[in-house]
Amino acid sequence: MEQRKHNWHAWIGFALCLIGFLSYPFFFARYPVTRDVPWANFLILAAGLAFLVSGLWRAFGRSQEYKGKILGPILGVLGLAAAGFFCFVIFFATKQLPKSAGAPKVGQKAPEFTLVDTNNKQVSLASLLATPLPNSGMPPKGVFLIFYRGYW
Amino acid sequence: MNEIEQMGVVPVAISVDSPEESGDLCKKAGFTFPFLSDPNTVAIRAYDLVHAKAGVNGHDISRPGEFLVDSSGVVRWVNLTEDFRVRARAEQFLAEARQLK
Repeated sequence: MEQRKHNWHAWIGFALCLIGFLSYPFFFARYPVTRDVPWANFLILAAGLAFLVSGLWRAFGRSQEYKGKILGPILGVLGLAAAGFFCFVIFFATKQLPKSAGAPKVGQKAPEFTLVDTNNKQVSLASLLATPLPNSGMPPKGVFLIFYRGYW
Repeated sequence: MNEIEQMGVVPVAISVDSPEESGDLCKKAGFTFPFLSDPNTVAIRAYDLVHAKAGVNGHDISRPGEFLVDSSGVVRWVNLTEDFRVRARAEQFLAEARQLK
């Protein structure tokens, strides 16, 4: 009996799904153009799913010619899971943020605070606004408060 | 961030991280502006940014939020993203910061 061919389409599809998922945190999320709307990842994932469909069709529709009746569905499920998880993260998980309706609005006074800096020195909003800058010797024109999630 | 500082605006980063953790981050990333530690979410609560139980051990952390405060202590620009993947673009903010006197 003639040796059946390797089902490369299934493997390529699976690999593209993984790349489509992993390239976001490791690469595309660094650039606003591919971060805010992750179109590059959607394209890669779509190509991956198309290859998986083609691979499955080869495995089952042309099983005389191609291998992959067992591995094909496994790769298919894993690839689909990667694509699905990516969509879950993009469309749902990262949007789970509190509303912050009580946050200070434009024109309102910024709430005063006193916290410690990395040298364990007490720093308040008032002191930040009053401390002269080293380059100009003048107090700053303003401060830009960046609240971030941190490493916890 | 350099551009912000050149305009005479001091960036200030605030999170629940300890001073040591923030210090390590500054060293690694080369940040020279202040990083403030708010482990008990005092300032974070005052700005209504508490993201309850979102930390690793289920403790409260800050959701992302940015505020430009002028020299009289008044808020001039706010960014509260609804998706923490999507962050403020520098241009939007710089335009507002240039108006500060």
